[in-house]
Amino acid sequence: MQRFILGKKNWIALISGMLIFIGFVSELGFHREPIAFWAFAIASLMGVAPIAIQAYQALRVKVVSIDVLVTIAVMGAFLIKNLEESAVVTFLFLFGAYLEQRTLNKTRSAIKELTEMAPVSALKQMESGEFEQVEVDEVDVGDILLVKTGAKVPVDGTVLSGEGTINEASITGESLPVTKEKGSGVYAGTILENGTLQILADRVGEDTTFGKIIELVEEAQDSKSEAERFIDRFSKYYTPGVLALAIIVWLISRDVELAITILVLGCPGALVIGVPVSNVAGIGNGARHGVLLKGSEVIHDFSKVDTMVFDKTGTLTAGNPEVADKEIYGDHGKELLGYLASIEKESDHPLAKAVVNYLGDVPYYEIEKTDVIKGGGIVALIDGHRVAVGNPALMDQEQVHLSEKARKDIARFEANGNSLVLTAVDGELKVILGIRDQIRPGVKEDLKKLKKLGVKNLVVLSGDNQGTVDLVAREIGLTEAHGHMLPEDKSAYIQDLIDKGHMVAFVGDGVNDSPSLALAQIGIAMGSGTDVAIETSDLVLMNSDFSLLPHALGLTKATARNMRQNIIIAVGVVLVLLASVFLSEWMNMSIGMLVHEASILAVILNGMRLLSYRLKKFNL
Amino acid sequence: MKKATIQLETLACPSCAMKIEGAAKSLSGVDKDSVKVLFNASKVKLDFDDSQTSMKDVEKAITILGYEVIKSQVK
Repeated sequence: MQRFILGKKNWIALISGMLIFIGFVSELGFHREPIAFWAFAIASLMGVAPIAIQAYQALRVKVVSIDVLVTIAVMGAFLIKNLEESAVVTFLFLFGAYLEQRTLNKTRSAIKELTEMAPVSALKQMESGEFEQVEVDEVDVGDILLVKTGAKVPVDGTVLSGEGTINEASITGESLPVTKEKGSGVYAGTILENGTLQILADRVGEDTTFGKIIELVEEAQDSKSEAERFIDRFSKYYTPGVLALAIIVWLISRDVELAITILVLGCPGALVIGVPVSNVAGIGNGARHGVLLKGSEVIHDFSKVDTMVFDKTGTLTAGNPEVADKEIYGDHGKELLGYLASIEKESDHPLAKAVVNYLGDVPYYEIEKTDVIKGGGIVALIDGHRVAVGNPALMDQEQVHLSEKARKDIARFEANGNSLVLTAVDGELKVILGIRDQIRPGVKEDLKKLKKLGVKNLVVLSGDNQGTVDLVAREIGLTEAHGHMLPEDKSAYIQDLIDKGHMVAFVGDGVNDSPSLALAQIGIAMGSGTDVAIETSDLVLMNSDFSLLPHALGLTKATARNMRQNIIIAVGVVLVLLASVFLSEWMNMSIGMLVHEASILAVILNGMRLLSYRLKKFNL
Repeated sequence: MKKATIQLETLACPSCAMKIEGAAKSLSGVDKDSVKVLFNASKVKLDFDDSQTSMKDVEKAITILGYEVIKSQVK
């Protein structure tokens, strides 16, 4: 019975609305008071039923909810035979709830679109060897699955056989097809555009990258900021407080009408819903544009950022360094390049990869012993020689003599924005390679936008030499540039900024910057979405798209502003209503309920504006 | 201790979330600090001791308030 009534809430609202209409027409139009009386009475009783049930349930779990206030008010109005008011108030309350639900669904739509991209079924190999369609929840790690053209990859896995191209837009935001073959990793939620694959399930359900993204966004939209927790605590005492106030007023004035009016006017509806609505709409807008915001605290902090610190490689630059200059000293045998390639092949440093790519096909040698010198390079024993590969500091340490020409070359390379890789064999400098990384297109404009949005300090920290870093900083208009930074130097620098009272955001690719990402008030990962960066950062730019950064900042500013507006609307409405009970003649329960419901819709509609937020064009 | 995730019908009012939270916390065997009602996602997450209470009891406590349980998962 209870569930039946609650389930038919919208119908009840409709019917009671019609009864109220009949009531007013027969009372005012035809002066048939008895008909009006019964119409209002039935409308009141019908309308109050679902509200009273909700109130009862709330009281059972010791919560004084709005339903409780409204139920008491309606019953009071009924007792003093003010049936018009009780009917109108219940109708407005139910109709308001209906509109609330409709509009709320809109604000949640952006995130819903995301969660609905989750795969639902899979073709799983059964014991018989046949593939059968099962629900995605029934897939376990280690199962073998078949993915056909046009289907969603159900889990994260490895390709066992077959070939095909996959659209990974749901994970990376990049809709270029990626070729997959035996041994390639595939991700849940991506779409196989052509071909057929058999895959081995490695991670399922919430453990998949897509599952993590969804969980992150879902948690984020419901995360609460300090202000919200305060409002929650406040409203816990506020509603019983209104009840107490009404009782006191009734005891003193013996005016039931006044007491129940206070009950209706005191409802805190817009207050409790105002901030969550802004939050969910703002995070939804972000998710749609490839900006994952981890909750309202992040929105709040990021909107106040005044200092942004960037990692260079992979963040400001494309992260694909290439050898651009080369200088050779003395004559060298064929072995030299082979030594160099063999050593660099062992390293996963981006510069080392560039060197290996550049050298191409050379004979490899067996390495007897390697020492990685942090912030310097590598020293290895190879083919009976001591070979040092690294920056000038390493050469110093190895007591390699740098000739006048070598010093000049180094200065020239640095001035051109190169990172340096020097190679010395048995203490003698043999070759200097200058490696350059292209700056991401559009970075300069994006940084200008960030400045316009109020970021005062734009800093780059890099392990590269100062010359390179300075050059990059000049080219794209940063305010500060520091080179020769080890990861721990970077985090020390950030700690220093925080201690000086700055609100600091760190932007990095998350590979070797995790300490800085975690330390800065806002850690921003330029993730392809597949890294651990998703977990350690506060904000993720999907597909490593730098141009999302100004949008993200503008969006958090708009969202924070939106929250403040909603709090002002909500608090303002309640104050005005309560004051007008005592100060004005015209205020009654029905008008109060109307204003109250209107204020709820006002904050939801205001929040909804965030869904279509776009960064306005600046005159750069 | 087991972890439960319960997907509910769409929640519309924040006080619904408070009610559900209250109901879940009142069950013995449910870890009070773990109860989290995700209002926008319309999900409840909680840890419970399956020697004291069962998933059925948890679901019943919520459905009795008038909210439909669409899907639940225990880990």
